Amino acid sequence: MIPLSAYTAVSAVLFTTGLLGVLVRRNFIIVLMSVEMMLNAANINLVAFSHYLESMSGQLVALFVIAIAAGEAAVGLAIIIVVFRGKISTNVDEMNLLKC
Amino acid sequence: MVLVFFAYFALVSIAAGVLVVALRHPVHCALALLALLLHVSGLFILLNAEFLWAVQVIVYVGAILVLYLFVLMLMNLKTDERYFHSSALYFVGPAVLGAMYVLYLILQSPFDGAKGTAPPNVVLQDGDTYAVGIKMFSDHILQFEIVGIFLLGAIIGAIVLAKTPKALDPGKERS
Repeated sequence: MIPLSAYTAVSAVLFTTGLLGVLVRRNFIIVLMSVEMMLNAANINLVAFSHYLESMSGQLVALFVIAIAAGEAAVGLAIIIVVFRGKISTNVDEMNLLKC
Repeated sequence: MVLVFFAYFALVSIAAGVLVVALRHPVHCALALLALLLHVSGLFILLNAEFLWAVQVIVYVGAILVLYLFVLMLMNLKTDERYFHSSALYFVGPAVLGAMYVLYLILQSPFDGAKGTAPPNVVLQDGDTYAVGIKMFSDHILQFEIVGIFLLGAIIGAIVLAKTPKALDPGKERS
């Protein structure tokens, strides 16, 4: 039997890696991928607690998180396409179109 | 046996996560993300969540990741030019140390709590999909509807954002 803390440890490591990706990488698409990674880490936590505390609610919230991630990916990639069309860069440091 | 599978899925997902952050070429990062998502879905299987496993493979790997790859190939990106701010080490070092301490605390903790109403033998009787469906359409029906509206809004927003500006009236000046 695997302890619950093993799952939470995997989740914590994945979340930290994703956070590091958001902070370190400058490519907008890879930043979005790192966000997906963090959402996945949260999902592992939710499903693990759902299993060990014997409640279905965690799996449902994980399902909703997947739906949110799908919406986020669709809108985020649309924004990337708009920005990329205007100026040829996906570097997050150069995205200052709304800065006055 | 379960321990072997858990170790495999956990180690490969962590390695793939590190590769997503570390690899330079965006398409390679997307492929590492593919490995990460598949192995996380393996963890879901170990937790008796077959329905989430299927949703993870179909929605994440089948839809979201393909969307990422489409956009990557549409833009034909080269490798990242700027990679690591030299000042980032001052922040990343203490952050990694703090994260190690939190990890140590997590591994110490027993995480006991009040048990819910779905022990594994009850869930396994009719399958995970049945249990998720019953729970979703009884207790969480409002959230389900909200997610439906949210996805509709996301679809409309994505289409409006990504629509080409040439569709506007060519005679009029764009404001």
